Amino acid sequence: MNSIIFTHTFRFIILVLLQVLVLNHINFLGYLNPYLYILFILLYPLKNNRVVFIFLSFLLGLTIDLFLDSGGVNAAASVTIAYLRPYVLKFSFGAVYDHQTMKFGNVEFGSKLTYFTILTVIHHFILFSLEIFNVSKIILILQNTLFSSIFTIILCILTTIIFSRRN
Amino acid sequence: MQQIINFIIRNKAFLLYLLLFSIAMVFTIQSHSYHKSKFINSANFLTGGIYKSVNDINEYVNLKTQNEILQEENSNLKSILFNQTDTINKTFIDSSYSGIFYKFYPAIVFKNSYSLSNNVLLINKGKKDSIRQDFGVISSKGIVGIIDNTSNKYATVISILNTTSRISAKLKKSNHFGSLVWNTKSPEFIQLTEIPKIAPLTKGDTVVTSGRSTIFPKNIPIGIIDSYQLDAAENFYTIHVKLFNDMTSIEHVYIIENKDAEELNTLINNTNE
Repeated sequence: MNSIIFTHTFRFIILVLLQVLVLNHINFLGYLNPYLYILFILLYPLKNNRVVFIFLSFLLGLTIDLFLDSGGVNAAASVTIAYLRPYVLKFSFGAVYDHQTMKFGNVEFGSKLTYFTILTVIHHFILFSLEIFNVSKIILILQNTLFSSIFTIILCILTTIIFSRRN
Repeated sequence: MQQIINFIIRNKAFLLYLLLFSIAMVFTIQSHSYHKSKFINSANFLTGGIYKSVNDINEYVNLKTQNEILQEENSNLKSILFNQTDTINKTFIDSSYSGIFYKFYPAIVFKNSYSLSNNVLLINKGKKDSIRQDFGVISSKGIVGIIDNTSNKYATVISILNTTSRISAKLKKSNHFGSLVWNTKSPEFIQLTEIPKIAPLTKGDTVVTSGRSTIFPKNIPIGIIDSYQLDAAENFYTIHVKLFNDMTSIEHVYIIENKDAEELNTLINNTNE
């Protein structure tokens, strides 16, 4: 149990630092940045206290906001996907998730991709809507959401493959 | 009562979500209104400290280019100094009056962003160095932004690449003035609006600060006209100005304090009342 807490605290700190010090300076094609920090929310243990989980996600988003001077946009997006995660899990993994025997290390790649994609797109849509905060720029919001999502999803999948433990 | 408590316990996840989401929304809305982001900003001990230590490393990498920029500025200043024609025939200066309107403080940028729609910079001067809100920030090539929040050692700067910033600017040639806004498209270009239709425009004209606010002195360079078009009502021009500053690489900046700002502001407020 302690090792789980340690792993996730470590992951929290590493992801925040990676996000604010490296990933936010990529600016691919001028404005595209991956938001890898949501990996913490995506890979949080399945058996969890939901209240603690939602609160931690909020804290994660707020820490990112603190570094990026972006008000509360990351916090709002993170807390939303943390709240929606159980439903998305049920949708993408179906029966495997219901039996509570699932582990992220040994699930089908297709379902994992669906799960990552849905949550990433929701997160990015809220993030850019709040950041741009202007309904008349909906095209810009959708465009940013689409391209950044692709970037984030590829990076998330790569990271999980690289850091997966071989059984 | 029992039922209410039961309801809260049953829906605690959803209620917590609503609560946290509204807190995040409050912070977001605050950050979108000028000078309101009091709590969530990077001018604090933790984030400022981390950015500082990372910047210490980055500084070495950029040393050469930054040196060249500073050298270029030095040569400009020297040329002004040695080209002064009549240093002897100056009019008599009253020694009881210092004559200094603007005070400059050097500072270093720790954090810079240019890809968001509300970009904010972090610099290494704060309340301790008597930096306060609404001081202007310029680099050797042109304007950078306006000081927003200050902590003891750090301050955040609202970049000109920020949808909430509006800086008064004018055409150097004809003195027609308007305000600078940013359409979030490119960090190289900024838009000058509200220039009247009768103003004569040519591509390549210089745009400078107008000195109409207490923040920036007159004639600080901003950029050159790249293209222009009339707005929908055909009364005003919207001009795309190519910035002299490369906002994507800024390290050494100067903070401008207007010594008379307080006096001017009270005077204006009194007149308005």
